[in-house]
Amino acid sequence: MINNKSLVSITDYSKEEYLRILQLADEFEKNPQPGLLKDKVVATLFFEPSTRTRLSFESAVLKLGGKVIGFSDSSSSSVTKGETLYDTIKIVSNYCDLIVMRHPLEGTARFASEVTNIPVVNAGDGANQHPTQTLLDLYSIQKTQGTLDNLTIMMVGDLKYGRTVHSLLMAMTQFQTTFHFISPDELKMPEEYKYYLNQLGLKYTEQKDFGANVKDADIIYMTRVQKERFSDPIEYERTKNAYVLKNKMLDGTKETMKVLHPLPRVNEIDQDVDSSPKAYYFTQALNGVFVRQAIIASILGLK
Amino acid sequence: MKDKKLEVSAIENGTVIDHIPANVLFKVISILNLDKIDKQITFGTNLISKKLGKKAIIKLSDTFFIDKEINKIALVAPQAKLNIIRDYSVVEKRIVEVPEEIIGIAKCMNPKCITNNERIVTRFQVISKSNVKLKCHYCEKITDQDHIEIV
Ligand SMILES: [Zn+2]
Repeated sequence: MINNKSLVSITDYSKEEYLRILQLADEFEKNPQPGLLKDKVVATLFFEPSTRTRLSFESAVLKLGGKVIGFSDSSSSSVTKGETLYDTIKIVSNYCDLIVMRHPLEGTARFASEVTNIPVVNAGDGANQHPTQTLLDLYSIQKTQGTLDNLTIMMVGDLKYGRTVHSLLMAMTQFQTTFHFISPDELKMPEEYKYYLNQLGLKYTEQKDFGANVKDADIIYMTRVQKERFSDPIEYERTKNAYVLKNKMLDGTKETMKVLHPLPRVNEIDQDVDSSPKAYYFTQALNGVFVRQAIIASILGLK
Repeated sequence: MKDKKLEVSAIENGTVIDHIPANVLFKVISILNLDKIDKQITFGTNLISKKLGKKAIIKLSDTFFIDKEINKIALVAPQAKLNIIRDYSVVEKRIVEVPEEIIGIAKCMNPKCITNNERIVTRFQVISKSNVKLKCHYCEKITDQDHIEIV
């Protein structure tokens, strides 16, 4: 189904393809299959540093028995000498079977996928896309809830600029999800996404604090609220505590409810949540390795 | 005193592009690559128009366009009208229509888009035609009517 095809945007994959990746991730979690990527070289081109994402991809390749080349900071590569992205991709394509790339500019992964015959996996292009994050979010939701269908997801924090919540929302619309959006007024979910939900007839609520809806949630998806996003610093001081999750706020939530966060967190999840069986964000990060194994194996046509 | 008429000569065969907003005349010329054709071209600008205030008009001898070509000007001159001339008379009138895809004409309004940072031909999907909205093929951001710039 997915054969030698780049993964640039979460909308490049259909619902069936999401489910297939999750199925494969589950296989890799049980058995890493180290022989699969023997003789394959994956290049990780990180034009801006993102240590966690890069290590997760590299761990995925190594577990599958493949080899990794690349750079983790464009200042150490020829990019600083003025080489174009076009040239870098053309040259690196000679050295590897698949390119994983992260870049501060938006649209770079799409462009790269058009200048080379080698599949490209987008590991983040500016504020645009980070599709493997969304797939690992889906995997985490499916694993903890046993299904992706008819769930209630509460998204909390910066819903305006949060790339991860936008992609997750788009993916979850395929599964009859109900959404609760919790954010300060200044960081509300953009109209275009609400318009899309309305068109699909999916239910959502919007509010400034957790309120009673927290009891319905199957997933609480936390994101960072950055001080710089506020035009009025006093408004930030007034609202900031509403977006720090504390263990006692989980009282009365469903037994099966899990808290997710794309990490790294700053202070939006209090450490007292970590010991709760409802805290899932560290396992979520581990799931990223299995999901990336699945994506790489699938794109290379090995699974 | 005798009536003075504007002298823009009639053409025997070709295309007249009328109702071009005066301020985009040179953009239209550049989008259609009219600076590179070797046929006779006459143009007038800052002509009085009830509809547009000031309009421009281009007369092209022995030049005809296919829809795909002429529709490129829809972004800057959505009200433009074409008269196809054969043997000094108008044989057909056409209007321009915003195409489904815009390649190499407009600039993406997102400064963080790769197309504004490397030499890349821009590409947009037209997601709204009446109040033009362009979705960048690369960064997926929307450039709206008020922010369209021609490259
Ligand atoms: Zn763009």
